[in-house]
Amino acid sequence: MAATDEPTVGEVTAPPEIVEETAADQATLDGELLALPPDASFNEYVTAWVKRVRRGESGVLPVVGGLIVIVIIFQIENSRFLTDLNLVNLLQQSAEFIVLGMAEIFVLLLGEIDLSLGYSGAVGAAVMAILAYPPINLSWEFAILAGLATSATIGFAQGQLISRLRLPPFVVTLGGLLFWEGFLIWVINNQSPSNGGSIRIDSTTIYDIVNGNLSLTAGWIVLAVGLVLFAVASVTRDRRRRAGGLVAPPLILTLAKVAAVSVAGIVLVWICNANRAAFVGATVRGVPWVVPIIVALVVAWTFLLTRSRFGRYVYAIGGNREAARRAGINVHRVRVLAYTLAGLTAAAAIIILDSRTGGVTTDIDGGQTVLYGVAAAVIGGTSLLGGRGKMVHALLGGLVIATIYNGMGLLSLSTDFQYMITALVLLAAVIVDAVSRRGTQPT
Amino acid sequence: MTADSTAAASQPQEGNVSRSASAGRETNPGRDGQADGAPVADVLLSLRGISKHFGPVTALDDVNLDIPAGRVTALIGDNGAGKSTLIKVIAGIHEADHGEIYWSGERVAIRTPHDATQLGVATVYQDLALCDNLDIVANMFLGVEIRRHRLLDETPMELKAKETLAGLSVTSVRSIRQPVGSLSGGQRQSVAVARAVMGDAKLVVMDEPTAALGVSQTAMVLELIQGLAASGIGVIVISHNLIDVFSVADHMAILYLGRLVSAGPASDYDRQSAVEIMTTGASSERQNGAPAAI
Repeated sequence: MAATDEPTVGEVTAPPEIVEETAADQATLDGELLALPPDASFNEYVTAWVKRVRRGESGVLPVVGGLIVIVIIFQIENSRFLTDLNLVNLLQQSAEFIVLGMAEIFVLLLGEIDLSLGYSGAVGAAVMAILAYPPINLSWEFAILAGLATSATIGFAQGQLISRLRLPPFVVTLGGLLFWEGFLIWVINNQSPSNGGSIRIDSTTIYDIVNGNLSLTAGWIVLAVGLVLFAVASVTRDRRRRAGGLVAPPLILTLAKVAAVSVAGIVLVWICNANRAAFVGATVRGVPWVVPIIVALVVAWTFLLTRSRFGRYVYAIGGNREAARRAGINVHRVRVLAYTLAGLTAAAAIIILDSRTGGVTTDIDGGQTVLYGVAAAVIGGTSLLGGRGKMVHALLGGLVIATIYNGMGLLSLSTDFQYMITALVLLAAVIVDAVSRRGTQPT
Repeated sequence: MTADSTAAASQPQEGNVSRSASAGRETNPGRDGQADGAPVADVLLSLRGISKHFGPVTALDDVNLDIPAGRVTALIGDNGAGKSTLIKVIAGIHEADHGEIYWSGERVAIRTPHDATQLGVATVYQDLALCDNLDIVANMFLGVEIRRHRLLDETPMELKAKETLAGLSVTSVRSIRQPVGSLSGGQRQSVAVARAVMGDAKLVVMDEPTAALGVSQTAMVLELIQGLAASGIGVIVISHNLIDVFSVADHMAILYLGRLVSAGPASDYDRQSAVEIMTTGASSERQNGAPAAI
């Protein structure tokens, strides 16, 4: 060994095939938004953004574009699609996909997967329903907290098994899927043996999470408060960056962004506040409670992932676990916390589902539900390989799935088509992602 | 921290060091006195009797080594000599099976990477240990993020990252907010080096810092290494490239099959004698004589 290696030891300099940055390499790095001079104009920013999209960093553009195309197709096929009633229905239907997608993103970002979230969330929802039902009659706040805590504990326990014992997440959570399905059936049948495997949601508050509406005024107030907070946060962040001598987008661009979000919010509240009752003479109007709840959840989890050390470490572990460990990150703790938050969020998703349907049942297909959650995240743009993804991906992907589900229903197409179309959209999302990133990733 | 206490702390094993080291270079018996008495440089890190086994494989066998502050110590040896294992022990990736570690003369335990970081040991690995999906700033501050009200405070991190990169004359990077995965090999190396120097490291360990670098960037990294040492930081460099080693190293430590067979000032060696010790575990002048170190 020593003899064969000897010639390489003495005289070798840097391998000749690895050369300095070439001009071509540099060119591909051009156009980064933050490489702009601090006083870059609006136009320069837009040009840089267009360049970035061309280079493959299209972000959420494909899924937003896809969503618009799907909506147009359904509207052409059935003019009832874009009615107030149906759009609000769609929002309510998308809620569970969105929230479950967010739950799954915590784990997907690590480069792992949690197959048990459908049933572990259902167990939490069942605990909530049982506590809020006679004879216990716990108040709804505590019932929901207990439900969330139950699923969070399940996630914590599975995370411990996966992280401490170094077990494969796929197997542990597959076991979880089976175990918690059995547990759910056992607990519901024990609790209400005569009810055919279901527990009614008895608390009107819990029922109203999806089915209740904010008053018209409350809807506008919530929107106004949200928009003001968003505008102040955006402008303040840019100002702090500029004060520190760093590049920030020109004020006009930030204001344009705020204006765009405002328009979207106003349209949303306006649609929800219109009378959408299906029968003449009846009145159903107002923003469903679940809409601000989901927006708040997306904002909160996005904040956690982008502004906290925990969030940064989740991305780091998903990108290069060994590097994260060497950087002194407590990888066990971060992974276990990610599984715990996934469990907690999954409970929220199933509570929303049960609120919509009005009861907890043993009929829930937690296996399929969790895969819809994964699909929502992936359609939105989150990578299954870890390290890449955002909470807003679950929002967009969940909307896509719910739109297909809702639109196919309007067209009276049965579930067989619905499954196949969802599968094709999922495939399309992955293909768009792969194609748009080809050439931008280093080999 | 005085030189006296350093010497006292490492006293128990001192004879051992002298024997193995002087066995390698009999021509210069006065050399050890310089390292121990240390009027020129404080001993920052002392390894005493470090051994590490992986199953039946002995990766390190009774290694004694002093790393002075403000000096570049080159750790060289053939493949499988134990260089990587030794720096992993120092960096807390592996815990030594036997032996003692002294930091500025005080006995310390380095069990985790966190322990090493707390002491002031920063390591640049050959694989660079970067997260491709994170941007340059996030990579440089990974594990040592600046926070305000428990939230990540990006502005000071970005400013300090910029300043550090500028201090290293890294100008080819367009934006420090681009993911590290989009950088070239040389730029990635620069980020890893910048990451190591940015924390207030007292000892920087570099594993093959110039491998995969072009000529001008190699020169830049070598200059950087010397700059680090001049600012009082202890530097350990592992390299196969003896040209680079001899251009920066103040001290040499040569490993052979897990044992430290020779150590001393770089001026005591030339490229040929270093290669000889690396490949045979002994220098030719000693092969006729005492086989003490084998």
